[in-house]
Amino acid sequence: MDYKDYYEIMGVPRDATQDDIKKAYRKLARQYHPDVSDKPDAEQLFKDLGEAYKVLKDPEKRAAYDQLGANWKAGQEFRPPPDWDAGFEFSGRGFDAGNAEAFSDFFEELFGGGRGRAYAERGTSFDAHGEDHHAKVMIDLEDAYNGATRTISLRTPTVDASGRVITKERQLNVKIPKGVRKGQRIRLAGQGSPGMGRGRPGDLYLDVDFNPHRLFRVDGKDVYLDLPVTPWEAALGATVDIPTPTGRVDLTIPAGVGSGRKLRLKGRGIPGSPPGHLYAVLKLTLPPANTEKAKALFKKMREDLPYDPRKHLEG
Amino acid sequence: MTSKTVTGILLDEKVSYSLHEVCRVCGSETEWVIELVEHGILQPSGQRRQEWQFGGSSLHTALKARRLQHDLGLNLAGVALALDLLDEIEVLRSRLGMLDADDK
Repeated sequence: MDYKDYYEIMGVPRDATQDDIKKAYRKLARQYHPDVSDKPDAEQLFKDLGEAYKVLKDPEKRAAYDQLGANWKAGQEFRPPPDWDAGFEFSGRGFDAGNAEAFSDFFEELFGGGRGRAYAERGTSFDAHGEDHHAKVMIDLEDAYNGATRTISLRTPTVDASGRVITKERQLNVKIPKGVRKGQRIRLAGQGSPGMGRGRPGDLYLDVDFNPHRLFRVDGKDVYLDLPVTPWEAALGATVDIPTPTGRVDLTIPAGVGSGRKLRLKGRGIPGSPPGHLYAVLKLTLPPANTEKAKALFKKMREDLPYDPRKHLEG
Repeated sequence: MTSKTVTGILLDEKVSYSLHEVCRVCGSETEWVIELVEHGILQPSGQRRQEWQFGGSSLHTALKARRLQHDLGLNLAGVALALDLLDEIEVLRSRLGMLDADDK
């Protein structure tokens, strides 16, 4: 078990006042809140902060924690000295109904001893909803076209026969439906933490995100492909073979299109009713003028084509 | 370790929930969900409360509102503001992503 430096987590000195601790908590909670922060480890930071605050905001718990001494370093292998909490009476010890947060082993060892008793005292009359769980699931663009199955590993805090909170790992195969879009959620009723007593289990929410694709970009239901074209294809029109998420197709480029022009392939975006569209975004590219023949052709264009792209810049 | 395949419900515009169902899923009081509607955080279709239908994304919004309210001690006006700003940031980030891709 690793020692946790609650003062370091909260960014306050060991002699901080209760008021400073409250202020630090509020500021960091806004920063780390998983619904607000886009940091990938926001959830863990927020949990650690919550745990640190739970101890430091309570003068009794804080005094007991301080008793361990200031010489411990975060992450150091830790064993509480015997009778470390002798002389401290925890009034707030125990368990908040419906709020079975999974605190660290470190916290459980120091302050978690009362949980089993709390259950036993309440007996069978204690009912609480299980906690909801959230997980992110990454899929490929092709999965949104075809549907897929993903295996998700979940760590669920559960209460064992003796009333201790233990973390169980389980795996779940989840069907990802065809037509799913970035940022959409899938709700799996009853797949969260089990409820207490007659309380119903929590739900599992999956947040769907797409792996970046080598060729395509996704915006809602619509999919974009950058399509390089030559000046003569853009000027004269052409039929080109392009990739789509469902296979290759022939795309007709009309004559006289400019760079950046979007050509819509109706209904070839992410499936649905109605489905999204696939857009080919034309990128005009120039052939290199690195041979005598190429240079001669460009020179001929200069001489034969009266074209001034900067006409509108003239004063 | 058991491994089974489960199918969830995609919370898109095709599913809808009644006021009662939103309350049950969020484990919250009816009054609280009505307040979310009054603050414009949830926008159900239907005139009278008994007819209200909430879209799939409402469940997620309501749960997020509850977490923000509970974890950060916000009132519902603050929650509404935070949610609006978070939505705006998401739209801007996604546009930024498209622009970055264009530059490549």
